[in-house]
Amino acid sequence: MEFNRNKSIYLQIAEGISEKILSGELKEGDRILSVRELGAELGVNPNTAMRSYEKLTADGIIYNQRGIGYFVADGARRIVLSQMRQEFLEIELPDIIRRMKLLEINPKEVF
Amino acid sequence: MIRISKLGFSYGKDVVLKDITMNLEEGRIYGLLGENGVGKTTLLTILSGLKPAMSGTIEVDGTNPFERRPSTLSSLYYLPDEVLPKQCSALAFAQDMGQYWESFDTGKFVEIMKTFDSDINQRMDCMSLGQLKKAYISFALACNARYLFMDEPTNGLDIPSKAQFRKAVTKYTSENTTIVISTHQARDLEAIIDPIIILDRQSVLLNATVEQISEKLYFDYGNTVEPDALYSELIPGGCIQVLPNSSGIESKVNIEALFNAVLGNKETIREMFKK
Repeated sequence: MEFNRNKSIYLQIAEGISEKILSGELKEGDRILSVRELGAELGVNPNTAMRSYEKLTADGIIYNQRGIGYFVADGARRIVLSQMRQEFLEIELPDIIRRMKLLEINPKEVF
Repeated sequence: MIRISKLGFSYGKDVVLKDITMNLEEGRIYGLLGENGVGKTTLLTILSGLKPAMSGTIEVDGTNPFERRPSTLSSLYYLPDEVLPKQCSALAFAQDMGQYWESFDTGKFVEIMKTFDSDINQRMDCMSLGQLKKAYISFALACNARYLFMDEPTNGLDIPSKAQFRKAVTKYTSENTTIVISTHQARDLEAIIDPIIILDRQSVLLNATVEQISEKLYFDYGNTVEPDALYSELIPGGCIQVLPNSSGIESKVNIEALFNAVLGNKETIREMFKK
């Protein structure tokens, strides 16, 4: 896996999983890879994979069933959707607007 | 658990390690970094019981590895930078040497060799450097030792094998394995090493997890040079800078930039990471 240069790797991994939930590749109730399996699949430190899972758990997107594994939580898609919309509106969109002004692009040319 | 306290070592008058103090916790994959000649290899050989500590102490599970007790030696494996081509097949080598590690698993050796696209029946003295390295890496992982010390393991590996190596290190070790990897190939191993240890000729400059590093330092990729940057370097499309993290936002740790920032600001870094 190639990582974006700016964002913490554990956050990028968490986002990758969130996007799979959004696209429907992962469904609510699905079991996901164990921490070590994920680490091996991506070639990252298990501690990094663990931090991604801790973040997703804290956000209510996945949950851990002791001794069995991690699962996509009920309502996960709704949470992911609202998180990603918020990130888009607060971080990505202002950036796009700034670039458009700089490049003198009229919104009408795009939409 | 490995405890190192005030460890010193010299070759004649040439002091290599002077005052090394650190603990290595179970289940971690440590990256050992330092400029040429700071004693990374020497430290690994002391950890493996090949050389004695000349001052200070070193304990692997409470025992000095230089006592070379069978129980200590069979709990660790040291993979040197340069490896010997034996006059037999990789499989014969692994089965023969594997007898010294009670948890050695031939099936695992065969499986790892397969992930590297290597032929277990090829004679080691007919292998290229990279092929030989892969055979030794496969053997090192198949020993299932609690401690695995690897000196520049990705040297000589081709591009696909570097990714295979990163995956294998996580896949074929357990939560109880403690790994120390010395390397100059920071990019090869960036995603896999955590915590990161940086040595200089005197002592340990840094021993911190990636989480701790990204809490204290911010890695910025931008166009404007910040006055409080500890390190900055021009790269295509802008520059990378290492700054004290004042926003609390976690960025991706760039190990090369970290290394240069630490070497150029030894005291500042020491203060920052003081516990």
